[in-house]
Amino acid sequence: MAQVSLDGVTKRFGDTTAVDDLTLHITDGELLVLLGSSGCGKTTALRMVAGLEEVTSGTVSIGARVVNDVDPKDRDVAMVFQSYALYPHLTVARNIEFPLRQRGVDKEERAAKVKRAAETLGLGTLLDRKPGQLSGGQRQRVALARAIVREPLVFLMDEPLSNLDAALRVQTRADIVELQSRLSTTTLYVTHDQVEAMTMGHRIAVMSEGKLQQVAAPEALYNAPANTFVARFLGSPGMNLMEGMLVESGALAGADEGGRGSLSVAFPGASVPLPAVVGEAVRGAGPEVVLGLRPEALHLSEDGAIGASVVIVELLGAETHVICHAETGVTIVVRQSASAAKPKIGEAVRIAVDPDPAAYHLFDAASGARLGGAP
Amino acid sequence: MTAVVGVPVPAAADAPARPSASLRARRRKQSLLAYVLILPAMVLFGVFSFYPFLRNFKLMLYETPPVPGLPAHYVGLHQIIPTITSTSFTQSLVTTLVFVVLVVPISLLAGLGLAVAAHRKLKGMTAYRLIFSSTVVSSVAVAAVVFGTLLNPVVGLLPWLGINPTPPALESSTWALPSVALLTIWQFLGLSFIIMSAGLQSVPDELLEAARIDGAGPWTRFWRMTVPLLSPTIFFAGVISTIYAFQAFGAVDILIGNQNAARLHTNVLIYNIVTQLQIENNDGAAAIMAIVLFLILLVLTILQMRFLERRVTYAR
Repeated sequence: MAQVSLDGVTKRFGDTTAVDDLTLHITDGELLVLLGSSGCGKTTALRMVAGLEEVTSGTVSIGARVVNDVDPKDRDVAMVFQSYALYPHLTVARNIEFPLRQRGVDKEERAAKVKRAAETLGLGTLLDRKPGQLSGGQRQRVALARAIVREPLVFLMDEPLSNLDAALRVQTRADIVELQSRLSTTTLYVTHDQVEAMTMGHRIAVMSEGKLQQVAAPEALYNAPANTFVARFLGSPGMNLMEGMLVESGALAGADEGGRGSLSVAFPGASVPLPAVVGEAVRGAGPEVVLGLRPEALHLSEDGAIGASVVIVELLGAETHVICHAETGVTIVVRQSASAAKPKIGEAVRIAVDPDPAAYHLFDAASGARLGGAP
Repeated sequence: MTAVVGVPVPAAADAPARPSASLRARRRKQSLLAYVLILPAMVLFGVFSFYPFLRNFKLMLYETPPVPGLPAHYVGLHQIIPTITSTSFTQSLVTTLVFVVLVVPISLLAGLGLAVAAHRKLKGMTAYRLIFSSTVVSSVAVAAVVFGTLLNPVVGLLPWLGINPTPPALESSTWALPSVALLTIWQFLGLSFIIMSAGLQSVPDELLEAARIDGAGPWTRFWRMTVPLLSPTIFFAGVISTIYAFQAFGAVDILIGNQNAARLHTNVLIYNIVTQLQIENNDGAAAIMAIVLFLILLVLTILQMRFLERRVTYAR
């Protein structure tokens, strides 16, 4: 077991920078998920740890050793590919055995280890089959068995679930989490699926356009996104973001002891007052800001601050998404429980924000960076 | 041709009901169009392949007297055994087999080697690919003249290198056949390279990367991954090159010719057939040899088709 570190790692392909100054530390035994949309550089980062891509600048270390110039086979990592990359001409047993054979493990030990790995993943009866005769889920498990069989320092997984159907994906997700926690092997897991990231990762690193946006535990990432990209990327649907002006209102009437007024975010046609705690944290920032509100922090109420008209009502069973066109000029999604009254399409409604200070996220309009720290 | 066009289209066996008149009319129109479209190809094949092929079976039954001007007479199957047991035929079959053994493995290995080398993503690789595959479009006549010049004992490459074999390579009983093989290998190399390159495209990079991470060095990756995964392609190229080598004629004709002392050592099957036909005027023997060659190539083709079916198990 080992920790994995990327320090100021950059990868360029010609004029394109795929990974830009990435610094990331994965602690011993941790499952870190690298999350981002396609083309964000997450797979390139993973491949640099594997040694399949050369690092343009910066250092990659596994344990205490800098591995920039170390051949993939000598890095003691195991990788699970999106396509599984099983050897089609070898049986399941030979596939699992391959890494051991290459390392000159003797025959008896090999047989014992293959048996153990196959049992761990429920492949005992499939050992004599060829990959072409297996289902997607079975191939996936063979790929995992091949990865765990030689007990590497690090697991690298590149979207291993994306070729599975929805039901199998949920099951395999749980299996991988269970396997990883049992083996306590440091794992770097790449995905574009935020549900995978949220449910599997001890921590999540969000990447966009080759740059690291934020690294945090799933809950922290969701509750305090570091910038508007992370805010919008995480959550389904993502956070509602509205550009407005931070204004001080009621400086005379509602002045606090310091003689300062309460803060609110003003939009064309609406104004959302900020709870005192939130206001204090961001006082002096702006004045151009972005107010972020999660769909579940909103509800329809007659005394809501934002006027809107309903565009679409999406029934999802357990909940309903009400998509509104707000008077502020943006689209706002409100998440309602299934039991709440459903508005009609075209109906004029008012949207209210929960009083909980944690519901309010403020970002700098120019940089997109979070204002006022974590709630 | 009207008879062909008029072939009725059989109704599907499990058709629940008789198709309506308009449907039948449409089907007839479609099949008519199909026959019209394949007609030009059928005419070409008919004139240049099928007719001569069938004609062989008739020629096989006739013996042409060695004196010109006399008509061929019917001998039935009686000249088959003497022909295929004749020294001329057996020696030429052995020469052909030696030639195939010289040409096929080397052109496959060289084609595979070049394809693997050119498979890397390096700048300017397209130029190399173009050069490697160019031999396929060079004419055998031109290539034979170039090789003939290179092997020429006076102005060639060998004397320039200080090698002066006596007799000269192309007149030597030992070196004449390898020289022709060398030219044939060079000519087939382009096609071998193209076939192997196409095969390599279908080997997923991820497999080789997985093997790399699993601890396999370049040599192991080549022999344990690339070669097994390419085996259908290699087999295909093997069959094609074998057929190609069995049919070698131009290289022998131009490089050696019939005035050369070494001609008996380069008398491959096709060359022998042509000699029988044009010089010996022995149409019957030529036809029998052509049919034997056909049977050899037929067996090879059947083997190839059987093997290609196995590719299915290699699907990921």
